[in-house]
Order: sequence, then C-alpha cells, then structure tokens
Amino acid sequence: MGTLADALRNAVGLIVSLDADLIEYAGRSLYIALVSTCLASMAAVPIGILLAERAFRGKRIVVTVLNTLLGVPTVVVGLLVYSFISRQGPLSALGMLFTVPGIITGEVLLILPLITALTLTAVARLDRDVRRTALSLGANEAQALWAVFRESRFGILAAIIAAYGRVVGEVGIATILGGNAAGFTRTLTTAIVLNVEMGYFERALALGLVLLGLSFTLNIAFQLLQGGGRGQ
Amino acid sequence: MFKRILSGAFCIVTALGCWAAADDSVLTLATTTSTQNSGLLDHIHPDFEAKTGIRVKVVARGTGASLQLAREGNADVVLVHAPDLEKAFVDEGFGIDPRAVMHNDFVVVGPEADPAGLRAVKGAAAALKAIYDGQQAFVSRGDNSGTHVKEQDLWRASGVALNEKETRLLSKGETVSFTQVAPKGDWYFSIGQGMGPTLSFATEKRAYTLVDRGTYLAFARCEEPKTDLVILSEGDPVLMNPYSVIAVNPEKFPSLNYQGAKQYIAWLTSPETQALIASFKVGGETLFHPDVKP
Repeated sequence: MGTLADALRNAVGLIVSLDADLIEYAGRSLYIALVSTCLASMAAVPIGILLAERAFRGKRIVVTVLNTLLGVPTVVVGLLVYSFISRQGPLSALGMLFTVPGIITGEVLLILPLITALTLTAVARLDRDVRRTALSLGANEAQALWAVFRESRFGILAAIIAAYGRVVGEVGIATILGGNAAGFTRTLTTAIVLNVEMGYFERALALGLVLLGLSFTLNIAFQLLQGGGRGQ
Repeated sequence: MFKRILSGAFCIVTALGCWAAADDSVLTLATTTSTQNSGLLDHIHPDFEAKTGIRVKVVARGTGASLQLAREGNADVVLVHAPDLEKAFVDEGFGIDPRAVMHNDFVVVGPEADPAGLRAVKGAAAALKAIYDGQQAFVSRGDNSGTHVKEQDLWRASGVALNEKETRLLSKGETVSFTQVAPKGDWYFSIGQGMGPTLSFATEKRAYTLVDRGTYLAFARCEEPKTDLVILSEGDPVLMNPYSVIAVNPEKFPSLNYQGAKQYIAWLTSPETQALIASFKVGGETLFHPDVKP
C-alpha cells in the first residue's frame, strides 16, 4: 500500500512541477490518440452509416468480417504495418518506421473496424423511418443521411470515444512501430513499460495515474455533453 | 449476497496463490538481455535442468533492472555485467557469493559506409566523439543496463558536451534519484529497450550503436542475418565486458530458493559448463570466453 501512496505523491509531484518528461509523453500520447481518432472517424463514420442504411448482397458477410476484426490483437496490427514500412518492406522509402506517423498508421488501422462497427450499431438501433421521413419531407439523399447522422450522433460519439480510449492506452503498436525512442516516439504507455523494466516502479505507477486521467477526461466530458443533450 | 461475492473472491485469490506458490524446482534468474538475446542461455540451461531437475525461469532485463528485481526479492540469482553496480549490490548485503563467470567485449557497430569516419580513429571514446562531431545517428539502450552504463562512461571519457538529467522519485518513503547522461542532439536515440531491439533499431535507422559482441554476432552471422551493420571500433581495453553470477542473500528474503542458487553457481563455474560456454559459437566465433581457471 505504501507503494501506491508513493505513486500518488509522485504523480502529484510530477504534475505540479510540470515535469518535462511527463509533458512530453502525455502530449505525444494525446496527440497520437486525437489524430488517429480523427483520421479513422472521417473514414469509419460515413462507412458505418452507409453500411447501416444501404441493403446490398453480402452485407451480412461484411458485417461479420467487421465484427471479427474488432478482436484483432494490437501487436498483430503492429507487426503487419512493421512488415510494410521496415527497411525490407515495400513501403520502406516512406521512412515511417519509428516515427509518430508510423504509430498513427497502426492505430488508425486498429480502430477503423471499431468505429465502423459501433457506428453501424448506433445507426441500426435508430428508427428506420428517419431516412424515409426525411426523404418524404423533400430532403435529397445526402440531407437524409445527414438527418440519420444527427439522430444517432450520441451513439457515434460513443464509438469515437471508445476508439480514443483504446488508442491512448495502447502499448503494442506504440512499441513495435514507435520503438520507444525518448524525445521522438516515447508515449505514456511505453514509458510506463520502460520504467517497470528499469525497476522504477513508483514512477511507472505515477505515469499510470496520469494516463488514467488522460483517458477519463474525455469520457467525463462526453457524459456531460450527453447529459446536456438529453435535457434539450 | 455481498458475503458470497467476498468469499468467492477469497477462494479465487487463495487458489491463485497456491498455483503461483514458490517451489524448489524453479529457480528465478534475473539476467541481462545480452545473455538471452544471443542464445547462450538456451544453449547451456538444458544441461542444468537435466542434471538438477530445477527449471530456470529467466527474466531478461538490463543489469540495473535485474539487480533491482533481486533487491525486491523477486529473483534467486543474477547473472549480470556492470562491475560498479554489482559491487554496490554486494556491499548493501543483497548479493552473496559473487563469482566471475565469463567475458566478452563491446564493439561499436554502424553502417558499412561509416559516415562519421570511425575507422580513422583509435579507441572507443574517440569513436563516440567522431559520431558526435559528425552528428550521425546513434542509438542508445537508455535503460540503465550494463551496456548503457558502459556507454555513459564512454561519453564521459569522450569529452563532448553532455546533458545530465537527474530524476527524483519517492520509493518506500525515501527520495531516490538517478542520473543519466547523454549528448544533446536529434541524432541521439535513447530507446529504453533490450540489446536485440536496439540493434534492430540501429539497423533500420542506419545508425551507430554500442553492442556486446555476443549479441552482435548472433544477429549478424546467423543464416538469415538480422543486421548488416559492421564492426567499426573494437579492441579498446575499456570495452571489456565481464559477467558475474551472484546469489541473492536469503537472510533478506527467506522464501528465496537459495539452495537452487548455490547449485546454479556451482554448476555455472564448473569445468564442464565453462567448456559448454566456450563451445557456444555463432558463425564459427566464440561469443563468451570462460573466466574460471581450471
């Protein structure tokens, strides 16, 4: 228990003193999580809405594959991307291995299926008549889909928040594609693993508490937002 | 209802505790990543397990972390390579029965093209200075391992401008601090990983790095070489890399497998095992040289 108390005091100490390492790791973690989530959402949300609203041959297979991809282990995503961007890989010329964009590539691939599948669920849960009503009221197809998006926005937002949470706490891809280089690609999670391996357990725990804060903050903001939405 | 959940949880924890309970047929060895990544331990441990019936659980981390694990009672015996850290470990009363086992040496490797011109200078510290002067990519373990300790010694000896970074933290109610030195520059990558990943990182980045010869040969002389970096500085006496085996003091932690540790040390320093260590070759080269004189 003493360890946990030490960790709390260490964490407070790190935050209060604006520890340069802490700011760097937390900033990088936040940056990677936000950019990955934005990029993935821009593709996954429209795909999810279209998949939910359109009927086509093989839709069930697509949905099944999508749900299967939800379970892909992060290290496997990391290894796959690694094999493409390493010196022996076909995309070696991009020089993306052990860079932040390299990590983001992996994270985006990781959460694309997650956001798509959760968006699909959120839209499918909606009354099927939203789109038809919009169309009958004179909306064109794009406006009707916009209406669908508006009606399921909290479900979609929940999908995006879940994806953010997955990226911010992710360590496999960050290690394999980032390489944990101090000042370049070290994130909160890889710094935590390193501190454990170096035997600085209290420091690792302190960073862990900061990571918890980072992943909770957005969730709490979302809860507040949703509460506000219901009140209207 | 709450009672039931509580008693259920208690049963599970107890069962897990029994499952994980220490037993004398397992010996926990905290060692460096170089002995593990080079393949030496896989080469010699089957003999120990066959002779004693004791299975060796290897936890491979840097020397600093291995000694820290041992200080916390999480290892029975350590096999490490940082004489200064080892001395402190024994002086503090955590380590007993230290024995020299074997040595190899460190080498500085880098790309064949050698943009910093290491081939033209003599000595390891001068080699690092050449890298600094040329602002060429260098990858550091950065993990307080024996290799990292040696690298920092070399940077200090090289006379280049260094950043000293002290980190303080509370541990068991006391403030402890640790210091790392590193040259400043965006060509210096401190990656905080084991020897294998560090060599891979350097290979990818076409960078220089300090590596123990054992791990380097295991990477470069195997059937499908995992690195095309070449040795550019070697032979300086300061690059000598001695390994010692040390038992963890059972007076500090009575639950340790001290008998197993004693057996392990006796076995590791026996003439047969020393010969076995000498017989471990990659690409025709001996990776570790036995240090116990018969």
